Formats: sequence, structure tokens, C-alpha cells
Amino acid sequence: MSDATGHVTSLLAPDARTKARNAAERRFRMIGLSAVGLGLLALLVLLSSVLGNGLSAFQQTSVALTIPLDEKKLDKSGKRDPAAMAKVTTVGYGKLIQEALQDMLDQAGVDTGGLKPKELMGLLSKEAAADLRERVLADPALVGTTQTFEAMANGRVDGYFKGRVTLESAKRDANISPEQLELAQRMADAGLIVTSFNWKFLTNPDASELRPESAGLGVAILGSAYMMVIVLVLSLPIGVAASIYLEELAPKNRWTDLIEINIANLAAVPSIVFGILALALFINFLGLPQSAPVVGGLVLTLMTLPTIIIATRASLKSVPQGVRDAALGVGASKMQAIFHHVLPLAMPGILTGTILGLARALGESAPLLLIGMVAFVKDYPAAPPEGFFDPASALPVQVYSWTQRADPAFAERASGAIIVLMLFLLTMNAVAIILRRRFERRW
Amino acid sequence: MTVLKFTVSALAVLAAAGAAEARDNLQVAGSSTVLPYATIVAEAFGENFDFPTPVVEGGGSGAGRKKLCEGVGENTIDVANSSSRIKQSDIDECAKNGVTDIMEIRIGYDGIVFASAVDGADFALTPSDVFLALGKNVAKDGALAANAAKQWSDVNAALPAQDILAFIPGTKHGTREVFDLKVLLEGCKANGAYDLYLAASTGADDEAKKKEAEAACFETRTDGASVDIDGDYTETLARLEANPTAIGVFGLSFYENNTDKLKVATVSGVTPSVETVSSGEYPVSRPLFMYVKKQHIGVIPGLKEYIEFFVSDDMVGPEGELTQYGLVPDPELAATQAAVAAETVMGPLE
Repeated sequence: MSDATGHVTSLLAPDARTKARNAAERRFRMIGLSAVGLGLLALLVLLSSVLGNGLSAFQQTSVALTIPLDEKKLDKSGKRDPAAMAKVTTVGYGKLIQEALQDMLDQAGVDTGGLKPKELMGLLSKEAAADLRERVLADPALVGTTQTFEAMANGRVDGYFKGRVTLESAKRDANISPEQLELAQRMADAGLIVTSFNWKFLTNPDASELRPESAGLGVAILGSAYMMVIVLVLSLPIGVAASIYLEELAPKNRWTDLIEINIANLAAVPSIVFGILALALFINFLGLPQSAPVVGGLVLTLMTLPTIIIATRASLKSVPQGVRDAALGVGASKMQAIFHHVLPLAMPGILTGTILGLARALGESAPLLLIGMVAFVKDYPAAPPEGFFDPASALPVQVYSWTQRADPAFAERASGAIIVLMLFLLTMNAVAIILRRRFERRW
Repeated sequence: MTVLKFTVSALAVLAAAGAAEARDNLQVAGSSTVLPYATIVAEAFGENFDFPTPVVEGGGSGAGRKKLCEGVGENTIDVANSSSRIKQSDIDECAKNGVTDIMEIRIGYDGIVFASAVDGADFALTPSDVFLALGKNVAKDGALAANAAKQWSDVNAALPAQDILAFIPGTKHGTREVFDLKVLLEGCKANGAYDLYLAASTGADDEAKKKEAEAACFETRTDGASVDIDGDYTETLARLEANPTAIGVFGLSFYENNTDKLKVATVSGVTPSVETVSSGEYPVSRPLFMYVKKQHIGVIPGLKEYIEFFVSDDMVGPEGELTQYGLVPDPELAATQAAVAAETVMGPLE
């Protein structure tokens, strides 16, 4: 086949221009693919480092002790009066635990390797005595009976069974000796030290540097939950009301334009700025307590509001005008049209936006720095509403403060806390996706 | 309607907030060096007393003192931890806001150590070595010259032939102040650079000249051999692990908890330990303080008990929990305990 100019073009063999266009497409595919690959690689590195460091935080080695709770030592008067019993401090309970540990080793025929009683106690967490004391004070009837008690192993011993501490490193370690680790190994061989799922990591409060093994996320999870409740209760109604007004009722003029621009700008303001505002307004001016979830919740509300307003307006906008016209046409008032027809149709979008906003607020730590939530909080906050005013920590903040601690066991816990935080975020995002898939209507 | 209800309840929360109930937990903030000690005491206090566990915040010595001086009342903190002494400007600020009665409590001493990665070379340093390695200008043949030392062996032939790289605390840390005064200034004087700075200074009187010379001695080289670390000791440790030939500055207690990763350097021939710091043989140490708002004693429950417990023998005595963790006990602890019992307010700074 030939045309007027004499060029021969075959439909079967591509010419140079076609080849060049195909090559350009292939190149673009490759670039796109490598961009996706790079993203996946980054995710893989992040996940593997977090999971590699943190999964072991969900395991804990412990020793099951059988402890005779001697009345002579714990309650001399024999009256089971909690005030009198409280005079026996953790030191007294520590001695009971030490005796029980020695008895157990003798009975099982485990050679202690000539370790002194103090070194034997070094195998157990310092939390054990405090735990036991709390249990006895909570239930004075236990005195005089013999109880089995799960004592956590010391952080270094725990690290030894997880491969973080070796006999080699223990030689240079001032806090544990290779002899102690060898004894721990013998105890494990005899079945006296067992590894189990670490529920206490999820329920215990924070702990000091002396007992990293007992540090947990209990207070942080409660604090985060309290803040999320406040954020939800405040930002959803305020955000939806503002969006409905701006989208459906407000006249379109210079002022509403100005408000719109401001909302869009607020959504992009760095979160630390909200923290500074909160410190000045809520703590210094209104006199709200430091480190309290109520202040954290209010800051995060301010931060989440623009996100929710933008999402809500977008989903209100996506409801076709015909729905409003039809409602108005059959005699509905503007309010009825909005609340009976437009809002229900926009609800899946609003909920998705809200959940995504909440997820962002949950992972936020910068504004909490300034309002005193990056703190060592050991007591659980009370039940709401009083609990909103009690000091508490939050999940991202707990990660931050654990990474600053000297004991290497806290690094493992920090990664563990990241895993918990990521699970929460994953759940919230999954709920958002499901809501959207299930209920979203397309026109 | 529901929207209205929600908004009303939201406003109710805000209103209730204004009249928040009395605070029953202690609030402590300040130095990140004192933070681990304070959390240990707070934990033991919460367990063994009928009071709630105090809330302990970090944030730095200066920030803690500033918070203490914000005023008197339930929404201000009760105790500021500090790794350096309170400044006259803090006291003035406190007085302006009505905080007139401050108790100064010295809880013990902290050693500052130089350490390298555990399988690195041994270092036996003197303040002079450190100044010659890290100072911006050094005295050479009777004149000041820009520091050109490349390797530790250039500074002192006895030191290993390794490139000079040191991670020192950033200027916002209390630790830096001690490093400046006890190491750089000492080295600067020994080297002779101090006298040269003094001679070249243009200050109005002797006092101003001395200040200028000292400030010049504190300048570190900016060619990358000396790196300021603004984060915590954990960051310094991570940097050391990435640069095994470098040297880092740590607190004694941090080192004691990471002896499997760090090798400590001697300073002027003395190995740092709780004993050598408390005997005064090891030169680089500093006191740690707690500043207590006396006006809160009797108002915030447990404050007096907390500070008494903090300075008790069980905590900071020679066999106490904090001493085992790495705090250097104060030989004059008995006097401190008596002052706490009598609620003695600090006098003007000398």
C-alpha cells in the first residue's frame, strides 16, 4: 500500500513514531511501578523494624510462686485492719517473695550456683512486691492462706529469653551477671520460668526505670479513649452544624468566602500551634488542670474541626440538587429538606470524614507536649466525667517518653506501643472504608 | 434537636471545667536528668503512701523553673527538678508572680562521663585533651590559632590515632553547662588560651573581661568534629552506634544502665563511679536540685510527705534506691533532711 507521498506504512510493522510513543508509555509504566515499589519498600522497612523490635513486648517471662501469706508478718494485730496492714511496706512483702523463691528452688532441686539472696531477687521484677501488697490490701482475707502468685521476671532476664541480652553482654552489664542468667536458664529448663502472652502490657500503667518489665499502656489507652470521646462529642455536632449552615443556608458573599478560606487554612496549620493556643487559653486563662484528657480533647477538637467541616461539606455537596428540589417541591421546609433528605444521604461521607479526623487526632502528639500530657502518670484516671479532669497519658505520647528512657527494655516497649497504636488506626480506617462501601450512594 | 443537645452538653463541659475540683495529685516538672530519679521516687511514693502517685514531667531544667514561677495555685506545678542552680532571673520572675517562698533541696550529685562504643579504643582523657580536641581556637606558640587537630593522637600522643568526633550535649541541656565549666574552661586555662583571650578582651572592667574570656573558651569547633546533640542520651547512644570511633557525653546513671554498650573514659586518670564522684576525685560532676513551692505545702496534699520521702535514706542515702540507679549521694544529706523537715526557705543567691 502506498499513499500520494510515496511513504509505505504497514499496519503490521510499527513505524518510528508509533515505536517512540509505545516506548514513552512503557517508560511511564516503569516509573509508576517503581514509585509504587518505593512506597511499598518504605512501608516494609517501617513495619519490619517496628514489628521486629516490638512484637516481643507482647511476651513476658514470669515465675509462678507459691507464697504462704504469714499472718505474723503481714498483720501483727490479727484484726485485718487495712490501715494497720498498710504499715507493712513493699520491703516486708519483698522478704516473703524471697523466701518463697528460695523454697521453690530447693524443692525443684535447682542449683542456685552460690548466688546470694539479693542476687536471687534480682531475677524478679521489683514490681512483684508492690503487686503482692496491693493484692493483699485489696483482700485482707488472703492473709494466713497460701496463694500462688505470678511474679514477672526482671527486664534483663526477660531480655535474655528474648535474645536481647546475652551471656556475653551480661559480663559487662552492671545490672545482671552471667551467673544469674545461667540460673534463669536452669529455672526455665526445670519449667519454673514460663513465657506467656503479656496482658499486663495492655493494662498496666507506666513504670519507672527500675522496673521496665512492668510498664504498660493502660493509662495511655484510657487517656486516648477519653480524648477521643471528647473529640467526637464536640467536633461532630459542631462540625456538622457549621457545614450545614455554610453549605445549605448561608448566603454566598464575601464573608462566607473568607470563612471558607480560613477553614481550609486552619486544616493545614501545624498541630503544635494548637498546643500553644491550648496552653494559653485552657490552662492559663480558663484554669483547667494540666495533663488532663479534657484539655487534650479540647485541643484535638480544635484541630479536627476543619477536617470534619471540609469532609462534611464535600459530602453535602455531592447530594444532587434534585433531592432538595423534590423535597421543597412537595412542600417540605428548608429544614425538613435538609434533615430528612440531604443529611441522611450525606451521612456515610460525614462519618468517614469524622473517623479519618479522629484517627489523625489519635496519632497526634505535638500539641499534647505543651499541655503536660508527656508525663509519668502511674494512677488510672477515674471513670468519666470526673476522669476527664484526672491526669492521664496518651498512646503517641507514651511512645515518645519510652524512647527517651535509658533502659533498653523500654525501646522494645516503645515499638510495642507503636504496634498497638497502628492497630487502633488500622481498625478506625477499616471502619471508615466499610462505612463508605456499605452505605455510600452514587448518582 | 440532637445537634442542639450536643452543643449544650459541650458548653456544659466547658462551664464545669472552670470550676474543676481541687487537685489531689502532685505536679512535678523539669530536668530530664532528674526525671528517671523522680519517677522512681514517685512510683515508690504512690505505692507506700495513701496519696496518689505524683505526675512527673520532663521538659528541661529551665522550662521546669519557669513553670514553677508561673504563680501560686492549683493549676501551677508544685516542684521543679533542676540539674543546675536556680538563676536570679528565675527568682525575680517567681517574686513577680507571687511565688515568694521557694525551698531549695539538693538531692545528690550526678557525674558526667565520656564514653565510646564498647569495642572501641580506650580513652584516658584530661580536660586539656578535650579542649585541644574540641575548642574553636587553641593557644599555639603563644598565639591563638584555629584548631587544626585531626586525630586524638595529634592532641596527646598517648591517645588513639582516631579521627576526632565527639557528641556533646546541646546548649539547652543543663549538662552542657557542667561540660563547659568543668572541662572546657579547665582545659582552656591549662592550655593557656584563657590568658590569651583575657589579654585580647575588650571588656570594660576585670569582671567583664573574665566573662568574655570564659565565653570564648566555651566555643567549640564548627568543622564537624564536635556535634551538639539536642535530644536525649538515647540519641547520643544511637549516634555512637552509627559512628563507632566517636566519643559521647553521658550522665553517669545512663552509662551505668548501658555498660554492655558503652566503654567509659577516665578523666585525669579517674574512672567515674558513684564512689569517685562522691569522694570528689572524679572532677566532672554537678549537684541536682529540687525547687519546691512552699506556699503549696498544706494546700496540695502529700507535698511535704513527697519531699521528705525523696530525701529519706531509703531513696537517696548511700544504700538507697536512687543510689543503686546511679545517683551520687550527698555527704551532707542529714543537713538537707533537717532543712526539709523545718521547711527552710532558700535565701538570696550568693
